Amino acid sequence: MSTEIMKRAAELLKSGEVSLVLGWRVGDFDYDLTPSKFRTAEDLEKNCIYNDFSAANLSKYLIKTLRKEEGKVLVFLKSCDTYSFNQLLKEHKFDRERVYIIGVPCDEKVDFDKVKTILGEDIIKMKSDGTTVTVTTTEGEEKTIAKSEVILQKCVNCKSRKHVVYDELFGDEGEVLNSHRFDEVAKIEAMKPEERYEFWRGELSRCIRCNACRDVCPACTCEHCVFDNEESGVEQKVASNDFEENQFHIIRAFHVAGRCTDCGECSRVCPEHIPLHLLNRKIISDIDEFYGDYQAGDDVDSIAPLTMFNQVDVEPSIVKSRGDN
Amino acid sequence: MLTLKENQLDAFFALIEKKRELYLPVEQNTGKSEFKRWAEGDKYSTALRTTRSAKNFFFAKSENLYDIEMNDKKVEVIDTRKDCNDFVIFGVRACDVRSFDVLDNVFLADPVDSYYKNRRDHGLVISMACSKPAATCFCALFDIDATSPNGDIQAWHVDDTYYFDPITEKGDAFVEEFKECFTEADDAPVRKQKEETLNKIEKLPFVKLNLDGFATEEKLTELFDRPEWKDLSEACLGCGTCTYVCPTCQCFDVKDYKVSEGKTKRYRVWDSCMYSNFTKMAAANPRLTQTERFRQRFMHKLVYYPIKNEGMYGCVGCGRCLVSCPVSMNIVKVIKTMGDN
Repeated sequence: MSTEIMKRAAELLKSGEVSLVLGWRVGDFDYDLTPSKFRTAEDLEKNCIYNDFSAANLSKYLIKTLRKEEGKVLVFLKSCDTYSFNQLLKEHKFDRERVYIIGVPCDEKVDFDKVKTILGEDIIKMKSDGTTVTVTTTEGEEKTIAKSEVILQKCVNCKSRKHVVYDELFGDEGEVLNSHRFDEVAKIEAMKPEERYEFWRGELSRCIRCNACRDVCPACTCEHCVFDNEESGVEQKVASNDFEENQFHIIRAFHVAGRCTDCGECSRVCPEHIPLHLLNRKIISDIDEFYGDYQAGDDVDSIAPLTMFNQVDVEPSIVKSRGDN
Repeated sequence: MLTLKENQLDAFFALIEKKRELYLPVEQNTGKSEFKRWAEGDKYSTALRTTRSAKNFFFAKSENLYDIEMNDKKVEVIDTRKDCNDFVIFGVRACDVRSFDVLDNVFLADPVDSYYKNRRDHGLVISMACSKPAATCFCALFDIDATSPNGDIQAWHVDDTYYFDPITEKGDAFVEEFKECFTEADDAPVRKQKEETLNKIEKLPFVKLNLDGFATEEKLTELFDRPEWKDLSEACLGCGTCTYVCPTCQCFDVKDYKVSEGKTKRYRVWDSCMYSNFTKMAAANPRLTQTERFRQRFMHKLVYYPIKNEGMYGCVGCGRCLVSCPVSMNIVKVIKTMGDN
């Protein structure tokens, strides 16, 4: 599939219809792909790949790229990435006319780190055929593992296979899935307050405040983040006490509330494996409950529940009472 | 060589912990290992690498420098260095041990960083030889021998036995203090393991990269001006993951925190050259774009640092950035692009 996709993108590049392509550049181990710009058909066909390791969501790169570059940009988007794209469009981050989207089919991505944890660190080659991941070790030994055992956290309970926006689609039109993504939230909600507090304090205690979650987040697009402002007193970098670090994540979750599409990039990039997506998912589930089902990025026209007032809106006292238990 | 059976390890740890603070890698609920203060029931993790490096022990993520207390019109400055107790770090890999040398060149050079030195003086390092290197390991590129990991006491783990070899005065004194724990045994198994491991290391993909031309002043400007920096840095998010998991990144910032009225804490924290407000001056960060910030990090490790430190590189090949970078951009890709590889 990758070859056909790249061939088509190369055509568009050659014809001048698009001036550059945003894709994933091959690395040293098959799995270590880097988001990258491709300006020539030759570079694209040789070094760009779409496979089970193309996990990075490329939509946020469009902001920077479209500011710097001339012409139309082609971008490959997976179904979940298209929600981020729409949300960015809704926030007027770029011009739709300047983007050509090739929707690429996705049936969950592989967590290469998980593969290494299970099969060993001495892996020099890693391939996935969609059902099985096969690795080759430095000693030349081959090992396999079922793909279903090494799915990226963000793809477990995938919410949608539907590309909500595209110019051209590879594969079949997908559907919104009956996802069980809120089950993980329910598990935490069921905890006693002290238990829940301990859970989050424990998870967040590993934070090294690298800000990768923020920097990768397609909803974090402030020109100047409050955490980059040394006058704010809550500047990035490690805080004076560990509670401040916890606060950082909570503030961030609230700031992207109603705009977070649940793409899960925050959890994917966290070097400390903190399940950050659960904070956002909790807020999404509350919004659904209080204001009716809403999926950020589903479209570009609707008014988001947190940015409008409606007479049937839930009373603040109800919201507050939720915090009491 | 001095040895200890695996089933005696916990008793050994308990004994150390009675006299010192003991830190060692322990598996977390994430399946990854991190250094932590040993407590009854903790099991030493033989994982190849902790997510975070061991630099935290000497150059802490966040370190209180002093407290300032104001009573009426009297200002009192309280030194916090006395709060540091003697500690032992067990199970440090050769790459992380070398990182202490890299940090020493910075913090112990004149003017000596007394906070760092204080921690260095209080700490004792028991290293652990590697026997199962990862494909992302390339310490050998920087002439580090993962099978002779240095530190105050070097250690090996072969089958059910741990072998110890003190190599500093501090290490000798420690072994003497805990001599009832050890028994003498032949070191043939260690020699055998070393040989086997070195064979494995030989086959790792990055241990023979070409570093020619990096650590020379003549090539400095040429490297600095290379156009490839732009493409390499294109995907960089500007987050600090690489710098914070890196055992040799040593930049910090000093900040004040108002605890309460009349009470202030001055502390230092890890900083990152990847950040937009790093080394911010009156105007701005002198490195205006991510390309310049990205270039700085790698020029520092591969060019500036070795030029100033008799050829010792500012990278130890631990491979953490290869594992943790959100966009899989790392020092190996930089060496491959910029070097003659």
